[in-house]
Amino acid sequence: MSTLTTKPEKTKVAKPSDPNRPHMYGMIAEFETPAQIIKAAEKVRAEGYKWWDCCTPFPVHGLDKAMGIRQTILPIIVFFMGMSGTLTAFVLQAFTNATDWSIWAMVWVTGYPYLISGKPLLSTPAFIPVMFELTILFSALTTVGLMFAFNGLPQLYHPLFRSKRFRRASDDRFFVVIEARDPRYFKARTSEFLESLDPVAVEEVED
Amino acid sequence: MTSINLEPGMNRPIVDNTADEPGVRQPLVLNMDRFNQVTQQVCQVAEARRTPMAWYICFALGLGLLGILGFCVLYLIVTGVGVWGLNNPVMWAYDITNFVFWVGIGHAGTLISAILFLFRQKWRTGINRFAEAMTIFAVICAGLFPGIHVGRVWVVYWLFPLPNQMEMWPQFRSPLLWDVFAVGTYFTVSLLFWFTGLVPDLATMRDRAKGKIQQIVYGAFALGWRGSNRHWHRYERAYLLLAALSTPLVLSVHSVVSFDFATSQLPGWHTTIFPPYFVAGAVFSGFAMVVTLAVPAREIFGLKNLITLRHLDNMNKVILVTGCMVGYAYAMEFFIAWYSGAIYEKFAFLNRAFGQYWWAYFIMVSCNVITPQLFWFKALRTSIPIMFILSLFVNVGMWFERFVIIVSSLANDFLPSSWDVFTPTWVDIGTFFGSFGLFMVLFLLFCRFVPMVAIAEVKAIMPQADPHFGEDHDEHHGEEHAHTSQGEATS
Repeated sequence: MSTLTTKPEKTKVAKPSDPNRPHMYGMIAEFETPAQIIKAAEKVRAEGYKWWDCCTPFPVHGLDKAMGIRQTILPIIVFFMGMSGTLTAFVLQAFTNATDWSIWAMVWVTGYPYLISGKPLLSTPAFIPVMFELTILFSALTTVGLMFAFNGLPQLYHPLFRSKRFRRASDDRFFVVIEARDPRYFKARTSEFLESLDPVAVEEVED
Repeated sequence: MTSINLEPGMNRPIVDNTADEPGVRQPLVLNMDRFNQVTQQVCQVAEARRTPMAWYICFALGLGLLGILGFCVLYLIVTGVGVWGLNNPVMWAYDITNFVFWVGIGHAGTLISAILFLFRQKWRTGINRFAEAMTIFAVICAGLFPGIHVGRVWVVYWLFPLPNQMEMWPQFRSPLLWDVFAVGTYFTVSLLFWFTGLVPDLATMRDRAKGKIQQIVYGAFALGWRGSNRHWHRYERAYLLLAALSTPLVLSVHSVVSFDFATSQLPGWHTTIFPPYFVAGAVFSGFAMVVTLAVPAREIFGLKNLITLRHLDNMNKVILVTGCMVGYAYAMEFFIAWYSGAIYEKFAFLNRAFGQYWWAYFIMVSCNVITPQLFWFKALRTSIPIMFILSLFVNVGMWFERFVIIVSSLANDFLPSSWDVFTPTWVDIGTFFGSFGLFMVLFLLFCRFVPMVAIAEVKAIMPQADPHFGEDHDEHHGEEHAHTSQGEATS
């Protein structure tokens, strides 16, 4: 966690060179405005880095495009989970109210053919409200659950939290993060590159 | 910036952003040009060492009422529903009135968080967080009433399709069961929506926390959010999906609540207009409650720069619109009763206005139809004391609307020989006022410990958040105020 002001070395540094040096997570560069982070992101992407990210206090408009983030498949999964909610609700209602079958669902359960006001046992129109509600319920649970799961959250510890500077990522500063596992990551070269983006500061973060 | 006036206690001028000038986008965040100022202003409420005196007073009142609620509910459970004033024709009274009242209040929160989001109404960001909190707490209060009015609360699990030793299932053709699913889904989805919105702000609280306990608690709830743009990408998708899912959901919830009445054959209940009429009424009462809460909250916690007069003005406009819809529905009910030619229908509505509950009917009409009409005038719409009083009137009126619909229809049905009068007992009244205690306690705890305004969302609508901000202007520090008034924010 030291701010790099040293001149970049000319020779390539082999990564696990010094056993006394702690393993590094990567390098962060701090920016002040959304416009700067977008410009920086475009350059990092053009430079060919793969394991990198931008951390911002709010979603910056246009940053997805600048970073080349591909559309998430979340909505497609949510659609199918929603449909399975519809189906679940229909099967549940039809089974419990319109059949006398016994099935094993963790325990033995038996349907009960309710005869209400002489109406048909399988009165589908009356089942629509619950089908609708379970569609929404399944979809919403999938949306939130998978969004966090795809993001790898909850993950209460992260190397970036070691950096005091990085705390402003949730306040008013915008960060480019390049991870050490990136094949193009070399301490000297990466820090020189990040300095060239005109950030407020560049800092290496320990793992 | 049409005029500037100084308010006592505020060093910086309060900008009047309520004017609608063609071509000018009014600022939604006043007197702030740095993101840090938003963080600072919202977080200081939760971080403050000293809690405002007004908070303690309200909390004590809330706890007192909550105690009354606890006592009344306990008394009901150990004694039986006979302690309420229910009688043979009037089997539903305060319990279901309160249920519909509280569920209705919740609707404004979802409208603000979901429907206004889909319509890209950026002003929602100032109020959505606490309006959503209001939704959740209101639905908790609502859920209490059907739970206790079943009488034998220890068998309340019969509401759910759970395998049991009697081999009995709920009857899925009953609107009452649809209600269980609708309100249950509504509560779950509202909670998810609220929590999803909260995560980035809890991360902000975590990163600012000084004490170990705060760090751990906020940190745990923030789930390790670090503002990664790859995360934000999925987050924004998910948020949009939740908004798109909540929009039909919120319309369905009060429609299903209205089915409890509309699918029965009781004159006064058996009406096709009920679903849209209930939804409009729900939004109407909910917005009134948001105004009732927002006015003191922005005062006590100093959030006037974020919850501006324009936000309140916009909400009052929604109250005016939905108030007109409700008034139209009242008139249409009468027209249909007359047009149907059914004597029971005609009687039910004449009885509502001139029968034994005429006083309730006239409280309802004067509060819900006449009161909101005052909001046609901008001076009244932007006056803090007037909007506060009018919002209270609307709250009262909407409670009486449900009372009138439920009780007057039941008390005088088809057979005059079975008519009766409903009189509430002290347990009825105590439970009703006690539910406000539950609501107040939850809401005050939320105000004290959770960021009351969606910090990340407010930052994102500031003109400074636009990557093209300041490209055509020079960015000298003194001129940034001019940018604020010409910036991106729309109403």
